[in-house]
Amino acid sequence: MPDAVSTGPALLEIRGLDAWYGEAQALRGVDLEVHAGEVVTLVGRNGAGKTTLLRSVMGLHRQVSGSIVFDGTDLAKVPAHRRARMGLGWVQDDRGIYASLTVEENLLLPPVVSDSAWSTEKVYDAFPVLADRRRAPGTTLSGGEQQMLAIARVLRSGARMLLLDEPTEGLAPVIVSRIRDIIHEVRSTGGTVLLIEQNVKFAATVADRHYLLAQGAVVESLDNADFQARQGELLEHLGI
Amino acid sequence: MSNDVTSGATAHLDLPTDDVHVSATTPRRSGLRWLLLAAGLVVALALPWFIYPPIAMDIACWALFAISLDILLGYCGLLSFGHAAFWGGSAYCTGLVAVHYGVPFPVAVLAGMLFAMLIAVPIGYLSVRATGIYFAMVTLAFAQMIYFIANQWRDVTGGENGLQAVPKSFFGIELVETESFYFYYAALPMILLGMWAAWRIVHSPFGRVLVAIRDNAPRARALGYDVETYKVVAFVLSAGLAGLAGGLFAISHGFVSLQEVNWTTSGKVVLMAVLGGIGTLWGGVVGAGFIVVLEDYMASSGFEGIGIVTGSVFVVVVLLFRRGIWGTLAHHLGRRRQAGTRD
Repeated sequence: MPDAVSTGPALLEIRGLDAWYGEAQALRGVDLEVHAGEVVTLVGRNGAGKTTLLRSVMGLHRQVSGSIVFDGTDLAKVPAHRRARMGLGWVQDDRGIYASLTVEENLLLPPVVSDSAWSTEKVYDAFPVLADRRRAPGTTLSGGEQQMLAIARVLRSGARMLLLDEPTEGLAPVIVSRIRDIIHEVRSTGGTVLLIEQNVKFAATVADRHYLLAQGAVVESLDNADFQARQGELLEHLGI
Repeated sequence: MSNDVTSGATAHLDLPTDDVHVSATTPRRSGLRWLLLAAGLVVALALPWFIYPPIAMDIACWALFAISLDILLGYCGLLSFGHAAFWGGSAYCTGLVAVHYGVPFPVAVLAGMLFAMLIAVPIGYLSVRATGIYFAMVTLAFAQMIYFIANQWRDVTGGENGLQAVPKSFFGIELVETESFYFYYAALPMILLGMWAAWRIVHSPFGRVLVAIRDNAPRARALGYDVETYKVVAFVLSAGLAGLAGGLFAISHGFVSLQEVNWTTSGKVVLMAVLGGIGTLWGGVVGAGFIVVLEDYMASSGFEGIGIVTGSVFVVVVLLFRRGIWGTLAHHLGRRRQAGTRD
């Protein structure tokens, strides 16, 4: 991995973020930043607040306080659909493929939001399986193919920052390594990724930095070298 | 098909949306589709030769009305129980324009259609934030307000007497103005244009966003779509088509009654759309044809319990053919075709 790029301006900056579900507090004073061109993972046990954090950034979880600044804009009053158009591309953990639309209709569904949008040809070159199945209903794809479609969909829309919620969960090793290649490619072309990852080994091969979450708070921030050195300890913490 | 993806947002409205998608995904490049389209056109053109022309006109109007409702019900997952407001609102506006200005009827109908879209903007804006049964209730409430206005504003609408003597002005062409057989052919292009517009709406990128919102609104939001705005636009377009149908209905009858804004009219069009099959568009045509012919047959044979029969048919269809008449047919045709062409 190249040196961490923490010197550039923060593309995403989160300060003192609290989030609730009714009375239950899911996030406690989370501070986090992601710089342009970085790949950053959120690591933590189930229920640590990782998904809530991504949903809050996307504007889908509204019961929050604290500040989320994306590309210099405070997102507090920005509705979710505007955030998507600002370049935040959310890939949820159930992939979010529409059964009622074909693969291609799914792919072309989101609006193009920036110049960095992948062309349809580029997407099909990178994901030949999607080209082969373009007229099939979206959910006839396998889990791994749906994951690729979900990622391809936000790349095609030109999202400047991908928010990936457990992209490798439950997928075969060959698909996992394909997704690793995609993240590498996104990074090499200047894209930024914030991903949730339970698979510590996978996280160490794609990310520049890592945040460890526990009970809704960031307990540690590690660069990749530290992360790799302390893998055993982290695995124990995660209980996996 | 995995159901977890579609279940989230549609759970609030108990619609068979997992069936509805069939129409959105069946391969379109197919000879069968053109054959059906041609058959539909032939039926539309031949109808007044076989059916008493005013009834043929009723079928055409109700068919477009049911299609307009299906844009909301089938493609947005929104059950409007107040569509009589737009059908009837346009009927009154069309009638008034025709009575007071004596313009050719297509102009009066366009005025009625614009009026329907105009009142749909605030109604849609205030309704789309509600979903499921609440959306149905809010739209019903607005439609009842329109009914109240139509009933009370006697000087303009004629109140319970209705709006009488609406002329069928058509550039002085007497055959069209007096013979309902020829009027049908003068009005049919507007109906077909309305149906074509509906087809374009649901098969456009806009229509795909509607389906995406129907299946899972938060996800559509996260992909960059302003869900409420899309719903309002769909609502207004649907109201416009309902208004087009209602205006032609008013001209065809030469009379606008309070019935057109009554809630039973909203209920009847839902019945037609569901009978034909929601999320299919053309199901509305089948449902409308079925109900109008059935009602006409029973009324002319002096049978009083029309509601009992249509109600029973409705129950049977909902229980046995959840996709509706047309939806069931299209599903079987589509499956046979898919089995043949899928690699």
